[in-house]
Amino acid sequence: MSRDINVLLVGVGGQGTILASRIIAYVVQANDLSVKLSETHGMAQRGGSVVTHLRAGKEICSPLIDEGQADIILSFEQLEAWRWLPYLKRGGMVVVNSQVIYPVPVILGYQKYPENILEKLKKNIPRTFAVDALALAREAGNERTVNVVLLGVLAKNLEFDQSFWLRPWSLYYPPGCWSPIKKPSCWATRKVSLEKGQQ
Amino acid sequence: MEKVLMSGNEAIARGAYESGVKVASAYPGTPSTEILENVARYEEIYAQWSCNEKVALEVGIGASIAGGRTLVAMKHVGVNVAADPLMTLAYTGVNGGLVLVSADDPGMHSSQNEQDNRRYAKFAKIPLLEPGDSQEAKDFVKRALEISEEFDIPVMLRTTTRVAHSLTPVSLEEPGEVLLKEYIKEPQKYVMIPAYARVRHKLLEEKMSRIKDFNDNNPLNYIQWGDKEIGIVASGISYQYVKEALPEVSFLKLGMPYPFPENLVREFAAGVQKLFVVEELEPFMEEEIRALGLEVTGKEIFPATGEINAEMIRERIGNKTESAPVKLEDYSGEEIPPRPPVMCPGCPHRGVFHTLKKLKLIVTGDIGCYTLGCLPPLEAMDSCICMGASIGAALGMEKANPELKGKIVAVIGDSTFFHSGITGTLDIAYNLGSSTVIILDNRTTAMTGHQDHPGTGKTLKKEESKAADLHRIVNSLGIERVTEADPLNLKEVKEVIAREIESPQSSVIIFQKPCALQEKKDNPLIVDEEECSYCKRCLDIGCPGIMNDWEAEKVQINPDLCSGCSLCQQLCNAGAIRKAGDNLE
Repeated sequence: MSRDINVLLVGVGGQGTILASRIIAYVVQANDLSVKLSETHGMAQRGGSVVTHLRAGKEICSPLIDEGQADIILSFEQLEAWRWLPYLKRGGMVVVNSQVIYPVPVILGYQKYPENILEKLKKNIPRTFAVDALALAREAGNERTVNVVLLGVLAKNLEFDQSFWLRPWSLYYPPGCWSPIKKPSCWATRKVSLEKGQQ
Repeated sequence: MEKVLMSGNEAIARGAYESGVKVASAYPGTPSTEILENVARYEEIYAQWSCNEKVALEVGIGASIAGGRTLVAMKHVGVNVAADPLMTLAYTGVNGGLVLVSADDPGMHSSQNEQDNRRYAKFAKIPLLEPGDSQEAKDFVKRALEISEEFDIPVMLRTTTRVAHSLTPVSLEEPGEVLLKEYIKEPQKYVMIPAYARVRHKLLEEKMSRIKDFNDNNPLNYIQWGDKEIGIVASGISYQYVKEALPEVSFLKLGMPYPFPENLVREFAAGVQKLFVVEELEPFMEEEIRALGLEVTGKEIFPATGEINAEMIRERIGNKTESAPVKLEDYSGEEIPPRPPVMCPGCPHRGVFHTLKKLKLIVTGDIGCYTLGCLPPLEAMDSCICMGASIGAALGMEKANPELKGKIVAVIGDSTFFHSGITGTLDIAYNLGSSTVIILDNRTTAMTGHQDHPGTGKTLKKEESKAADLHRIVNSLGIERVTEADPLNLKEVKEVIAREIESPQSSVIIFQKPCALQEKKDNPLIVDEEECSYCKRCLDIGCPGIMNDWEAEKVQINPDLCSGCSLCQQLCNAGAIRKAGDNLE
């Protein structure tokens, strides 16, 4: 890769953004690039908006992406893509899960969930890739692999060899869970999820 | 050598392992919690959760006096709790090296204030090390322990949220052999009666003067000459931001900003045309530079609140920008509903706050997940200051204003009660208060990620221990009226609170139910659309599992979120909410 790459992963607490960011970091490192990640902990995990900054390149200093400097926004939910859009730089790309998760002010009827987010995203950002990751994850056999489907979409749009994304990620899952040997069914589901995203 | 991605907190734990730490203690608190969780994985280190930060440091002091290398960790406000032993520990010094990790939280991601604990290092007169990434976090633990032993002084290692929770590459080393030092009885060093303490204070001043000289030639502080028009002094995460923003300028990187390396700073200032200092929060280094009679720009252009970032530095020092934002049409940030943290579906705290609001009581609150009870629609909290403050505050309110008597409850969690609620409760009993204390006992330290505490009967190392009995503790403090009740039974919650608040005696109610995140979910509930009159009573509890579709005038329950706790069912007058699969008849 010729220059630094900034990926902002956004979503809702509990969606698996942190795990996804670690897998991207693994792939980046396997390609001999330096990487820094910055995560949200604490309060934000109680259903709040969560954001992980991932920066990769030859030499990375700040672990944070500033506004208008993200090459990619990888969003696990529609509204979160829209919320963090000012972080995207001109010519950047948005990968968005079309899933909707209502925030509490909407659930309680205090505020409206903005309409037509995906259309507005596409109008503003030509390189918007919307995918129903929840449906694809269910098709693959486990709805908890939403994050893996989204990684598949991202993989297709990054310069790394696609095979890197299928290396064992046992480091990041409960013991055995991502191992093709110990848990073949679990591994198969994740492989299918990834491939569905890559298509 | 292979580099491993580690968070600052993991790296600190690794540093403790590599440098032969024998004992580590802490009380959980964001952004410091993962330090001890990771230390506990090393069999070689004895690690424990203490009841609070003061005890954690006292355990550390004992371990150090006994001759072991010691690490004590806490969040910034935890140092307030531990300040009493800290100030005198500076006088006594150490035997085995002692490092106190203070994890500060500029921007208050998960804290009640953003105090700058670099001031504590200066206040206590101890050296301060400030890592800027995970590699430094690991390496600086070792250096801190060495400095601690060389100069016979505790050392503060100060991180901030962005160092603690960022993952950056770290080169690992194998642990060297560090032997336990011999324990020698030295009352003149460790018994701080005035006669001995006067001597130790003088010694401390001399020590700090020697450490200051040492710090002028300390490799942790170094100059990187670049363009000499601009020279920037920075430490910690701010150094990373500066280096990112303006890689071409000259830097003075301070890994050990206190005691301030005067000569090095003078040398740097003399070599550049314009001197800047970039630091978050307090003008800590700026004041030191000004005290040397040097001209410097710092807080004139950078805020004393919140975090700073690379773009700010580019704009304010470099007069340039790298931000190339997309031009957005149809975009209004104000129309985007916020996503505040909320109590989880099935949370046992929710019904208690709903009842407190209905009863129109004054609620002095405390620190934990339940502080979210201050937000709409529950809105049942009047104050929240610090760990344990709910109880003393309740007593103070009734003593100041007799009209409020019988209307005040203190609400505190189980872990917070063990941390600093016991003394407040004793104060109520002793001083003939009539306040009611509610202990929300969810059997864990939930907010910071479910750590054990004395009430759970499990230690950090997962040993079985004796579970502290809240009921008997409270009884023995002198509170005779103690009631245990089910927080998910709204009728019971209301009856118990109404009865206890009426009582002229002080009382404690223990609502015990495990945290919903640690319990198996029950079958979800559903709303029978035909029976539902859209009265919206079920929405009063603010459960994220209940959706108000106001356009269709319908209420729906999200089966993926619902835990089946039945609070909404208990509120429904129309009998429209039931377990999926149950018949109405």
